[in-house]
Amino acid sequence: MDAPHHRLLVVDDSNVIRKRIERANELADVEFVGAARNGREALELHATLRPTLVTMDLTMPEMDGADCVAELVRRDPQLRILVISALADKLTAIDALEKGASGFLCKPFTDRQLNDALRKLIGAH
Amino acid sequence: MTLEAEVGVFVSGVLHYFGTTVQQAAQCGTPHLALGERPEMSDYTGVIQISGRRTGLVAFTAPKSMLSVMLMRMQETDMSHENLRDLVGEIANTLSGNARRDFGHQFQISVPAVVSGRGGTLDYPAQGRPIVIPIEWRNYHARLIVCLQ
Repeated sequence: MDAPHHRLLVVDDSNVIRKRIERANELADVEFVGAARNGREALELHATLRPTLVTMDLTMPEMDGADCVAELVRRDPQLRILVISALADKLTAIDALEKGASGFLCKPFTDRQLNDALRKLIGAH
Repeated sequence: MTLEAEVGVFVSGVLHYFGTTVQQAAQCGTPHLALGERPEMSDYTGVIQISGRRTGLVAFTAPKSMLSVMLMRMQETDMSHENLRDLVGEIANTLSGNARRDFGHQFQISVPAVVSGRGGTLDYPAQGRPIVIPIEWRNYHARLIVCLQ
């Protein structure tokens, strides 16, 4: 069997959400490799885990998601980032995309919506 | 936007959260004003503070039993105090996001806070008249509290 092609890092300050995203991922091509509680941790884990996909919350302590998206894309322009946030307004989504995110999913979400968004992210490049 | 419509945004947000996250619909009961007393708090409360065109707070307060079953529906096996706080905070976070989307820049909305315990208190505005909206899910009873002036 082929190894998964995509390595997923989950970034969210909610433990419940981090574990839910890990569990809900049903794409055979996507392997969960780690989780971070804020942007600073995400940058550290990116250096060691070398993810190819990231799900990113926006409102987090220490370093928020928008700043983290910008820094991750600066370090790794090929990285695909799905922003998952309760901030459901268009301006927030546009700002995240302008900083380098590849997609946006509003909280709350179903498992199906998450998998569809991840599938779209993989197919987007 | 009228106060009734503003309250409706928060009620819709809570009902949408149940329908989406635990995929079982919740029902909204008959709203009432909490006159002369503070609304009763349940085991865990997620709250956002609002300022701008109106000032006040919006809170979702729920019993531990309800939140535990919600976690089970999300395939979560860890019903720890931290995860129960986390869940009620996420519900408040969703309310905050909905409000930002629907109210735009008329309101400034805080990052959610969580209060544990039935003896907890909320920082109500001095002239606020809290509206309590019962939220029924399965056999569990939570409340949405909206107090804006």
